[in-house]
This record gives sequence, structure tokens and C-alpha cells, in this order.
Amino acid sequence: MTELAWIDAALTSARPQALGALLRYFRDLDTAEEAFQEACLRALKNWPVNGPPRDPAAWLILVGRNAALDHARKRSRLEALPEEERISDLGNAEDALAERLDGAHYRDDVLRLLFICCHPELPATQQIAMALRVVSGFSVRQIARAFLVSESAMEQRITRAKGRVARAGVPFEPPGAVERSERLAAVMAMVYLLFNDGYSAADDAVPMRAQLCDEAIRLARLLLRLFQTEPEVMGLLALLLLQHSRAPARYAANGSVVLLEDQDRASWDRKLIGEGLALVDKAMRHRKPGPYQVQAAIAALHARAARPEETDWAQIDRLYASLERLQPSPVVTLNRAVAHAKVHGPDAALSLIGPLEAQLSDYFHFFGVQGALLLQTGRHGEAKTAFDRAIGLARTAAEADHIRMHLDRLMTDAQGFGAGLA
Amino acid sequence: MRYAILCYDSEDVVGSWTKDEDAAVMARLGAVQDKLAEKGRLGPVARLLPTTAATTIRKGREALVIDGPFAETKEQLLGFYVVDCETLDDAIAVAQDLAKASGSAGAFELRPISSFNPGGEAA
Repeated sequence: MTELAWIDAALTSARPQALGALLRYFRDLDTAEEAFQEACLRALKNWPVNGPPRDPAAWLILVGRNAALDHARKRSRLEALPEEERISDLGNAEDALAERLDGAHYRDDVLRLLFICCHPELPATQQIAMALRVVSGFSVRQIARAFLVSESAMEQRITRAKGRVARAGVPFEPPGAVERSERLAAVMAMVYLLFNDGYSAADDAVPMRAQLCDEAIRLARLLLRLFQTEPEVMGLLALLLLQHSRAPARYAANGSVVLLEDQDRASWDRKLIGEGLALVDKAMRHRKPGPYQVQAAIAALHARAARPEETDWAQIDRLYASLERLQPSPVVTLNRAVAHAKVHGPDAALSLIGPLEAQLSDYFHFFGVQGALLLQTGRHGEAKTAFDRAIGLARTAAEADHIRMHLDRLMTDAQGFGAGLA
Repeated sequence: MRYAILCYDSEDVVGSWTKDEDAAVMARLGAVQDKLAEKGRLGPVARLLPTTAATTIRKGREALVIDGPFAETKEQLLGFYVVDCETLDDAIAVAQDLAKASGSAGAFELRPISSFNPGGEAA
């Protein structure tokens, strides 16, 4: 690793803590970002000469804070009257900050920084753009490329989001236990969304998207380091690691989706699987199940099966049933139907998803699964109708191609077909 | 005299390496290991999973199981075991047996191993 790459990595990893502390100090996101930016510039000059500091985040907080204070002092000297009150305010805060650098506030600083990005006032797309810009430090251009919009449109989206958050006024006092856990839940949901945004796009189509998955995993790791004893955070990180472990096998060379059952399991990332399984183990010991843990446990059962035939579908069916109780949703039931069919046959699964049709009438996967199940029961005509509806609802070429493949098989070979989601 | 060489680094920084960067570092370390292995001087080599996967067993009359890595400064790292376990509960049971047997204060930190070379072979 070159020196510059090392500094870059150190700045990126110190960013959430340093920016979080500067935000608490200045109580204004733009000022905090400017201060952090200035500290990074000084780090690039200073660190190659003096060597890296023992604690890069503490260095950046002190330097960033001083730079912003200098700036405020200079500005107030140039302007008509010295803002005595403001300067003395900051002076007092400075003393307090030195004590706080012991890290007591670190957890709430980072959580606050993450939380303002996924404030309930913000729509999902703005939440993710904010998190990538503010917490991860991606450039506006990088984020624009990931979401296939122009740089100026993304700039606007982020500016609007910042405005909304500023008006919403997130309190700067350390949160109480209930508020902390609400913030944590919102942040976990945002991290999961970010991961899914990366996961649902073909790698070749949008190379930036793969980076979103890596970034979501990095944020989940950060969260777990802050909340070491929270089984749901363990579950979230485990889920992301286990899903991501299959990334190398999810698309064929021509860009088409490869079903879980058809994936080359040798190309799954064993390192990610090892870490994911260890975290599932850790979470289970708490006996406090939650949606992320259950989904991680399902992903773990797939990861543990060396061949598709070895998959413990009965246990997956049971886990989906408990997910239905924890987080009732027609999509969860639809996923359960795939496992249910393996254990109890396609007819049982069809009666499970029957009541969902009204709710999922515009959901691509519903008709994909329904078609596959109908096909297994030998109702070819109805299967074709379902597949046709699925194609009409496909959002990507890969999805449509995938269903067309089923239709082709339906035409040429009425037998030998397996259901499954990638 | 045999020496254990313990690796310390910023997990944030190491964790932010891309796959390629990580592979490049491992390849450079592997080359050093290979030289030692050729001379028969290399013992077990292990890379641990991140501290987020760690569990700590605090010694005491009732050994206490805590999520997360061992993070005290008044105790020092005095040695380590490598044990093959089916589950985390197995590993905790082993650590609890050790805790009972040792009779002193302190702790054991369980860290799942991500890659392991039992020794004597080129990386």
C-alpha cells in the first residue's frame, strides 16, 4: 500500500467519528463538513512529513475544530463588530471538547450522523444519497453514477435533503435509551436499503452498484462495533455478508440471473460466509430473535448446504413462518412459499400464496413464483398466463429474460423444472 | 526460542481495503512466510475474523460471557490456543473449562479464525 493510499484509507475510516464529533460541536452539518474537509487537507500535508498520528480521528477532530474556529475568528474580525458572544461560546465548548475526546460520546456522535441521513422526513432515495455523501464521503459524481442521474440532479437531491434535515432539527443532547434504539432501527433499515440497491442491479450494468454493497457492509460493521451486544445488528451484518458471498455466482457471463439452485457454489466467497456464520452463532445465543437475525439464519442455511439438495428446506420454511410473525408482509409469505413447496409440495404452496394476489398484483416475483408452482403441478396453461404477467412487470432485461427462459422450457420441455429465487 | 508474533493494526483501515488490495498485502506477507517455511522455522499462522465476531469470557467464579473483544489495558496478552470447535457454544465451553482451571483473574477472547496455516508449509 502506498503512503497516499494508506492516508486515504485512514481518512475514510475516521470520517464517521470525526465528522460526528464536529457536528455535535458546531451543530451545523455544512460547517462540520467544511471543518472536516480542511482537516483532511492538513492531514495530507502533515502526515507524510510527521508520520500518521496514533489516533487519526482525534487528530482530525482537533485540527478541524481549530481550523473552523480560526476561520470564524478571522471572519468576525473582518466583519463590523466582533461577535464576542459567539467566540466565548466556542471557547467554552473547546474546553469541554477536550474532555469528551475520551470517546464517551463517540457512539452517539456516529449514530446521530447516520440518523440525520435516514431521518423519517426523507424519502428512501434521499436517505441513501445522504448517507453515501455524508457518512461514506463519496463524491456527488460517484453517487450520481450509482443512481444513473446527472451530477447536478444528485447535487440538488442532496442539498434538498440537507435542508429538510436542518429544518427538522435533530436534538444534539445524548439520546435516551428508547430514542437510541429507534435511531438504531432507522439506521439499520437504511443500511439494508443501501445494500439492496447495490444487490438488485447487475454488476456489469452499473459497476458503481457493487460498491454500494461493500459500503453497506462497512456501515453495518461500524454499527456493530458501536452496539456490540445487539443481536439484531449482528443479524444485519451477517445477512449482508451471507448475501454478498453469493455475488460472484449470481450472474452468468451474458448478464442473466443464475438461480440459487443453479449457482456454482464453489465460487461463493468462503471468507464472507465464515464471518456471517460466526455472527449468526453469536446472535442466536441471545435468544432474542428479530427480522434481520431470522433472514440471516435463512441465508446461513443456504450457505451451509454444499449442494442444493442438502438445503434444509423444512427449517427454512419454519424460519419464514417466524419471519411472517415478526414482520408480516405478503413478500415474506411469497418467499416462504418457495420453501414450503419443497417440503409440502406445490399445491400447498399455491394455497399459501393464493390470498396474496390482490396485494401483489403488480409484483414481478409473485407471478414468477406462481408460474413456477403451477408448472410443477402440471397446470401449463395457467403457468403460461402467470409467466406472461411476470414479463409484463419485469423491471430489468435480466428479469424478463429469466422468465422467458422458463417459458421456452415450458414450450420445449413440459417436465423437469424447479422453482427458486436467485 | 520460539517467538509468537502478534499482529496489531487498525481494523477500520484493514477492513476498508478492496479485495485486490487485501490480496496484494496477503501475497507480500505470504512471500515472507514462504522463506521461513523453507527453513522449517514457521509455526501456525492465523488470520482472525474482525473483532465484531469476538466473544469474551471473563474469568471468575461464574465465568461471564460478554459480546465483543477483550478491551482492557491492565491485563496483557500472555498466550493463545487454537481449538477446533463445532459451534460458538463449544468454544465458550472450552474457554470456561480453561477459566476454571487457571484460577486467576483475566479473560479469554474467542476470535473465529478466517484463514489458518498449521505450520511448516509454504503459504
